[in-house]
Amino acid sequence: MNVLIKEKADAKNVVTIFVEGEVDVLTAPQLRGKLLPLCQNGTTIYVDLSKVEYIDSTGLGVLIGAYKAQRATAGRLILTGMNARLNRILRITGLHEIIEIEDQTQGDGNNEGTAC
Amino acid sequence: MKEQPVDSISLTIPAKPEYVGIVRLTLSGIANRMGFNYDDIEDLKLAVSEACTNAVDHAYTGGDGEIDICVRILEDRIEVEVVDRGNSFNVDDIEERTGPIRFEPSMNSLRERGLGIYLMKTLMDEVDIKGDNGVIVTMTKYLRKNEVELHVQSPASYPYR
Repeated sequence: MNVLIKEKADAKNVVTIFVEGEVDVLTAPQLRGKLLPLCQNGTTIYVDLSKVEYIDSTGLGVLIGAYKAQRATAGRLILTGMNARLNRILRITGLHEIIEIEDQTQGDGNNEGTAC
Repeated sequence: MKEQPVDSISLTIPAKPEYVGIVRLTLSGIANRMGFNYDDIEDLKLAVSEACTNAVDHAYTGGDGEIDICVRILEDRIEVEVVDRGNSFNVDDIEERTGPIRFEPSMNSLRERGLGIYLMKTLMDEVDIKGDNGVIVTMTKYLRKNEVELHVQSPASYPYR
């Protein structure tokens, strides 16, 4: 039960965050703590969910919070690496119509970053 | 027709975030044994987690408490009861505020919470929430027998080799 978040500055004002493991009531605050501070100055944030094994409403709540913050500062929040399971949950909740989703994993090379 | 549960398994956890994952593990073990398919097991884990998360978040504000999870294994379905003895809530109030998220120009109304009950109701076949002296959530998911039987039940239909 761990959320590993790796940040990488791809280009100017573009950040990719890699989330791994289970995002639930225990780990969602960790994700929130990493993601929300990036939501400023109109940054483009890619959230790579390809290694997420589980996400529940608390995790979705973090994504909604980030989306709101990004809209407020003219930034973008883009989800990538969606699997069938994630797609299903986002469809059920209606989030797929709101949050931008890109069905490709972003940049595979040097994903070195800080794990938390 | 009255029917008795075939078997039942009970689990009591402290109402703390770190134990909700244990409930998921247990459920996935039970559901897997019962023959649920991958998607149904994942739905079940999510729905029951949501009930536990609600209890962790709302039931015992400023105090310790426990959550009882009772799983009943029946021939055609699994029933899961999640019980806390903390703060009740007005069930009608809560239900009014649940549902899928819709895009609205005013971002303020975009909820960050309140998806849990909606997810439970969507992912399970039956959900009953009682809020009185704590909260009791009872959820049922049926085994989709037909799909299983197609593959398992009639070896006679397989071509002989």
